[in-house]
Amino acid sequence: MALQPTSLPGQPVLRAQHLCKRYEMGEVVVEALRDVSLDLHAGELLVLLGASGSGKSTLLNILGGLDVASSGSLHFREQCLSTAGAHELTQYRRDHVGFVFQFYNLISSLTARENVALVTDIARSPMRPEDALALVGLESRMNHFPAQLSGGEQQRVAIARAIAKRPQILLCDEPTGALDARTGRLVLGVLEQVNRETGTSTAIITHNAAIGAMGDSVVRMSSGEIVERVRNPARMAVEHIEW
Amino acid sequence: MVSRVATFAARLRLPALHRKLLRECWHMKGQLLSIALVVATGIMTVVTMRGSYEALVDAQQRYYNQMRFADVWTSLRRAPDAVLEQIESIPGVALADVRVSLLATLDLEGVDAPAQGRFVSIPETARPALNDILLTRGRLVAPGAPDEVVISEKFALARGLQPGDTLRAIINGRARTLEVVGMAISPEHSYAVPPGSLLPEDERYGILWMGRRALGPAYDMDGAFNEAFVKLAPGANELEVIARLNEVLAPYGGFGAYPRRDQASHMMLQGELDQNRVMGTAMPAIFLGVAVFLLHLVLGRLITTQRGEIAVLKAFGYRDWEVGRHFLLFAVVAVLVGAAIGTVGGWYLGGAYIGIYRQYFDLPGLEYRLSPALLLLALGVSVAGACSGALGAVRKAVALPPAEAMRPEPPARFEPGPFERLGLGRLLPSAGRMILRNVERKPLQAFFSSLGVAFSTAILIIGLFMYDGVLHMIDLQFRQIQREDLTVSFLQNVGGEARHELARLDGVTRVETYRIAPARLRHGHYSRETAIQGMEPDGELRRIVTAGGRVQRLPAEGLVLSRILAERLHVQVGDALTVEMLEGRRQTTSAPVVGIVDDFLGVSAYMALPALHRLSGEQDVISGAYLGVISSQQQTLYRELKQVPAVAGVASPVSMLASFEREMARNIFISVGFLVGFASVIAVGVIYNGARIALSERGRELASLRVMGFHRREVAVLLLGEQGLVTLFAIPLGGVIGYALAWLMVSSLQTDTFRIPYVITAQTFLSAALVTVLAAALSALAVRRRLDSMDLISVLKTRE
Repeated sequence: MALQPTSLPGQPVLRAQHLCKRYEMGEVVVEALRDVSLDLHAGELLVLLGASGSGKSTLLNILGGLDVASSGSLHFREQCLSTAGAHELTQYRRDHVGFVFQFYNLISSLTARENVALVTDIARSPMRPEDALALVGLESRMNHFPAQLSGGEQQRVAIARAIAKRPQILLCDEPTGALDARTGRLVLGVLEQVNRETGTSTAIITHNAAIGAMGDSVVRMSSGEIVERVRNPARMAVEHIEW
Repeated sequence: MVSRVATFAARLRLPALHRKLLRECWHMKGQLLSIALVVATGIMTVVTMRGSYEALVDAQQRYYNQMRFADVWTSLRRAPDAVLEQIESIPGVALADVRVSLLATLDLEGVDAPAQGRFVSIPETARPALNDILLTRGRLVAPGAPDEVVISEKFALARGLQPGDTLRAIINGRARTLEVVGMAISPEHSYAVPPGSLLPEDERYGILWMGRRALGPAYDMDGAFNEAFVKLAPGANELEVIARLNEVLAPYGGFGAYPRRDQASHMMLQGELDQNRVMGTAMPAIFLGVAVFLLHLVLGRLITTQRGEIAVLKAFGYRDWEVGRHFLLFAVVAVLVGAAIGTVGGWYLGGAYIGIYRQYFDLPGLEYRLSPALLLLALGVSVAGACSGALGAVRKAVALPPAEAMRPEPPARFEPGPFERLGLGRLLPSAGRMILRNVERKPLQAFFSSLGVAFSTAILIIGLFMYDGVLHMIDLQFRQIQREDLTVSFLQNVGGEARHELARLDGVTRVETYRIAPARLRHGHYSRETAIQGMEPDGELRRIVTAGGRVQRLPAEGLVLSRILAERLHVQVGDALTVEMLEGRRQTTSAPVVGIVDDFLGVSAYMALPALHRLSGEQDVISGAYLGVISSQQQTLYRELKQVPAVAGVASPVSMLASFEREMARNIFISVGFLVGFASVIAVGVIYNGARIALSERGRELASLRVMGFHRREVAVLLLGEQGLVTLFAIPLGGVIGYALAWLMVSSLQTDTFRIPYVITAQTFLSAALVTVLAAALSALAVRRRLDSMDLISVLKTRE
């Protein structure tokens, strides 16, 4: 059942060191992240597990340049992101990061192809939108508007949109959260396939422990800290995952 | 601040739902305020314009009653005082009065240009039965003091005269030195228009009230009168009284009686009031209409964005009507805030407006008062508009089962619109397609938003076009029509040979004579008293020029009428008019209408001089002359003309123009100022709210784009592009509405004094468009700031 060995090449694509994130909510200080260090390697499929409020979304937001840490450092290859300004972070997301959300966030006024084109229009060396959609198995639904697609199809468009620019990093926040198990497995299968075929470093956030089996490595978070790091001997095929 | 509002709400022990209302109102204060301001504008125009119109009418009525302003007027050659009894016995006459009135030349120290005075007799020992005067300074003339006069206030102010000063007058050929003892106003002379002029000229024309026993003998009117007035009994038939009065006075050279509505001063005041009524009704109606429409539009969309909340409230067990009331209260809060601002602002503006009117109109006791009925009406209309908008949205939200409403709304349905079906979509980038499809998906909403903005453009156009119209009118009247340097008028008609004497004066380069002949024009049962203006057919100094700037030659026979006069008489070119001359031999003959001219000032009937002579059965007589003068010799000529006893007055179009500009400009500039402010409020109200609501409706989409790496500028284009499209569409639409409204105003603002030409310059349209675009850009900028500071993470976490 092993699809691929989990030996990892040397340099990490993304390196987070001693990240802390504090929110001041009135007089209460909430520590969302406490001293988190994490590397994401080229081609790696990382699953971030944790209950709601464990800090996994906060970590993903910081890794994706949507938020900045209160302390600690974050590097994308040689580039230091922890001191980057809003414009630099936008450029980082634009060029290197693909996002997939729980609630797809497609633009309802654009067709599937156009939703993908929205990103390829501004990317440096993107795929053709048609190719990205073919990669997620939606070549026959390209001219449909979001309202004409099922939830699973919408999420696959979202994945195509995220990968079409050939990002180095793909960040997925509860990508199956709004889907039933069968459709969820279909979407995970697409993510795994994309990771395998394009070599995009992928981080998937989920509260569903079963999904951990599909990754190269699993990081479990609780109360803003990493409580467990596991390297899977081999990735489990998505169709065998049960929940 | 939010916590302060919260504490305040908590202290009030309000139910939680009301606390939510208070806090959310505070949270949406920008949007609520911009809606409230539109309501405020609507209410302010009602309170200010309609309120000051009512104040004007009220003051006019009280003034007329207090001064016993006559209902029917007439002048005649000379009748013995005993005829008064005959007038009083006419059925329908409640009260009658007679007096002596004459025109005389005034000689004022240090002034070259001669001035004219209308001398009017007043009883020395009692108040006049009709047409009383109101003393503003000094005292009335004393019995047995034949050289005392009370002068009109405007003339006194224009000439710097005070009680105690003296002036010289040439009455009936004899020079008299008179002492000013007082200053007064009267409704009859609120506007004192010198003979032959179209507008008041307070510098060179004044009213002088003199004791009857002093004035009568001076003008050979001892025991006689040459003017009579009547106050009608309630229910009296005005036309019948006029006919009987004409019968009674015919043997005494009656010039024909006319009703109050044709009295010159009243006509001008009424014209102003009519314009005020039109403006005071049309403007508030437009503003209130737009405000109600905006409330409907904006609140509807605002509540649609609260769908989830409505579901949650229902899930908690709130009843539909409780939820409905909660959201309707948003509308009511916006209206109440707007009403408060509008009432206070309208009160203040109304006071200021009336302050201006007070300088402009001679209406004592003119005070601004807030009419509660008016305010309630405006408030009621606003609340109804707001609730109707809110109600539809609330009903839709309430109708959903809570579970369904709590789920994120399914993606909105889109399909390629007609534009793309034509294959033109490919020409657009994704952003352009998004904007286009958003507009195409809700075309009505986009259209109505455009309509709202269009109204602000339209309001600007109708405000600015009046300025265009007046400039056009001034140019036509004072540069095309009145090309003479001086107008000389004689005390009474003189022989035509006077033209040679005038031509001999130093500095005179050209003389064209004219005759003003009072006459009654009749067509069927329509009749109108006016003065036929006889002009030299080949005149160069004074010409007839149409609205389009074309010079109309005066045909050898027949009458050329102002369009407004032709309309009043229901005649067209080719129809014959019965002309009853009201002076000289008083012949009644017939004359064809040979031309109708669109002019803007006064009501005129023109005729070639020889034809007029034939019509009146008189030889070559003239009332005055237009002179071309070498400008360096104008002052000397003034002095010379002053020495000629037959000359009643000398006018120059330049001074007329100055007086005209004074009268008009102030009013126009002020209203333009108001309109620019009000129109901006409307444009901001629509655009700002439109963009804010779009931001809350599409926040997720825009946040996703930002997350994907779109820069702020790129996302702003998507959000604001739609508002840009709305504005772009609104400007031509506003042009159409503005041109139509301007036309409506031109048609309803026609008075005998002046008509506003329907002239709209490109500059006016461009200025209106520019103000609209600026207001839209400012609103967009405000929303852009909000967009820039959007918290991407929290927007993505909230489901919808």
